[in-house]
Amino acid sequence: MRLIAQIGEWFDRRLQLAAPIREVVEHPVPKSTASWWYVFGSAALVVFLLQLVTGIMLAFIYVPSASEAWNSLQSLNHDVTLGWFIRALHGWGSNFMVAIVLIHMAQVFLFGAYKFPRELTWVVGIFLLLMTMGMAFTGQVLRFDQDAYWGLGIGASIASRVPVLGPAIVKLMLGGPIIAGATLSRFFALHVFVIPGMLIAFVGLHLLMVLKLGINEWPMPGRLVKRATYENEYHELTRKDGAPFVPYAVWKDLFFAAFIVLAVAACAAYFGPFGPTGQPDPTIIQTAPRPDYFFLWLYAVLSFLPPSMETPALLIGPVIVIGALLLLPFLSGEGEKSWRRRPIAVLTILLVAVTLATFTHLAGYTPWSPHMNAWSSDPIPARFLQHRNALERQGALVFQAKQCHNCHALEGEGGQRGPALDSVAVQLTEDQLIRQVIQGGGNMPAYGKNLSPAETTALVAFLQTLHPAGQAPARDASRAVAFGGSGENSSAVRPSGQP
Amino acid sequence: MLTDNTFTRRGLFMKMGILFNGLVVTALAVPIVRFLLSSVTRGRANRYLSWVSLGTVSQFPEGETRLAMFRNPYVMPTDGKTADTACWVRRIAGEQFQVFAINCAHLGCPVRWFPQSGLFMCPCHGGAYYQDGSRASGPPERGLFEYPYKIQDGLVSIQAGELPTPGASAALLGKKRPCA
Repeated sequence: MRLIAQIGEWFDRRLQLAAPIREVVEHPVPKSTASWWYVFGSAALVVFLLQLVTGIMLAFIYVPSASEAWNSLQSLNHDVTLGWFIRALHGWGSNFMVAIVLIHMAQVFLFGAYKFPRELTWVVGIFLLLMTMGMAFTGQVLRFDQDAYWGLGIGASIASRVPVLGPAIVKLMLGGPIIAGATLSRFFALHVFVIPGMLIAFVGLHLLMVLKLGINEWPMPGRLVKRATYENEYHELTRKDGAPFVPYAVWKDLFFAAFIVLAVAACAAYFGPFGPTGQPDPTIIQTAPRPDYFFLWLYAVLSFLPPSMETPALLIGPVIVIGALLLLPFLSGEGEKSWRRRPIAVLTILLVAVTLATFTHLAGYTPWSPHMNAWSSDPIPARFLQHRNALERQGALVFQAKQCHNCHALEGEGGQRGPALDSVAVQLTEDQLIRQVIQGGGNMPAYGKNLSPAETTALVAFLQTLHPAGQAPARDASRAVAFGGSGENSSAVRPSGQP
Repeated sequence: MLTDNTFTRRGLFMKMGILFNGLVVTALAVPIVRFLLSSVTRGRANRYLSWVSLGTVSQFPEGETRLAMFRNPYVMPTDGKTADTACWVRRIAGEQFQVFAINCAHLGCPVRWFPQSGLFMCPCHGGAYYQDGSRASGPPERGLFEYPYKIQDGLVSIQAGELPTPGASAALLGKKRPCA
């Protein structure tokens, strides 16, 4: 023991680090902060360290070349001992990292921790969030498969919409005129050198400020932040009701960090690595690219925005959101910290969480995309074909052959781009059906040029049989007067081929 | 230190040292910036675009739309398969063609041709186009991108070399379709 102490002393005489480290470790924190709510920041740091370690290990094998990257990922998955596990750790680590950073941010927001004097800590935190998202996107590109390739195309298409500079930004981003070798190499440089370097620097700054300014005390309703008095009040609090960070508060951080790393490892071991999906060969067009889960919400938003809104929303939206986040501590740097007295803050968090969750959920089954193979692989359910006459069955054939099924579902099978047609005959009359098929509209293409009159007649005859049993199809009341008979009969009989 | 106004030898040397470093940094910044922007400046001179052949006219039956492949004219040795590109060739009649980029005009996903319904459909956000490339439905703001083409010695060639994107399309692909 004496020898160890002597060696330690020898080093500390030269390094002089023991005193500052002891100061950091023993700095007093308000006792109220030794809470399970205060563990997310340290957990994010621990997952970041896990990402650094696993990332370096992946770089031992990974080849950042457009012609070799996919093969090297296959080697990692199948040849290299436990390569699949390291890939899975890195992939799941990234998912956990994004999630924990967002939870940490929500907690800081709800606890008013961004208020005076911690404004800059929040601003640096916003940059850390952006860098985390940057790591997530560039990391998805390094898994150089079909999703990565077309994901880059989506990124380039969005970037190209910047006025005037768009085309230049695209070439700068891709490193050339197309998505190719230079693109992967520069995303490798960003993912491995540029962004991690910045992350390390900013994490250091973030931590330094947490130490210098002290951890945010547990917010009490009615205890208002005032610039003139806050710092004295905080020091008073830590003096009267404080305890050294180690070991008073740190044990919860330790437990949670270990639990999170264990959870990442469990997910990695159970679910395995992500991809790679098909080879990044742009001539393979039978593909439905999908981003990783942290960008799914954006993927969904892009399908719902009206065309005219899209470019402004894509270019101005992020500026407004990031601007608002950066300005937040300067606009509400004083006052109430407790979420109990800040209903709008709580509602904002709930609204953002529900919105992101909804869009992410929608992107899981993409109701806006045609099912490219429904016309050839999803048959029309038998009950829609029983007791039908020849014309109506011919119409069902037209329905399949003209890919109507790709966008319209029957009994839940088929695309959801357009409305399900299980009971379309109740909603549209014969004339309305003909008009809709031929002229399209309401986001449906016009089929006038691609259907012969006979095909249209057959198709509409089939569509008119799509109504619940016991519920009559829609009919045009004026037609009864014009044809001088019962309107119900005329609409039911005419499609069967009788005049 | 620096606060007093006396002009010292050391003070002068320090200022000269800063100035000297500034000059070196500026001089080095020129090649560094030119290197970083090389992919942009090269494209500005339209050096990425050239004519590439898609095959003989007879490979494309009249009235049909077929998938064709070409190797991007500007390649690097490490590009691998990524330099291979697909496009849709529609032969209207005789030597009248339309050559569409594979990339959806919305966000660049690969569109697929369905001859039965005469539609191009995109798997990403549900964009659809008619057989002449014009927009049919969905989020795209315009029709499919078209490559300029020419017929020479029985070969169909297109002017290609850049990824078509919504923002760059007008400048990149030469002409803008009147109705797009």
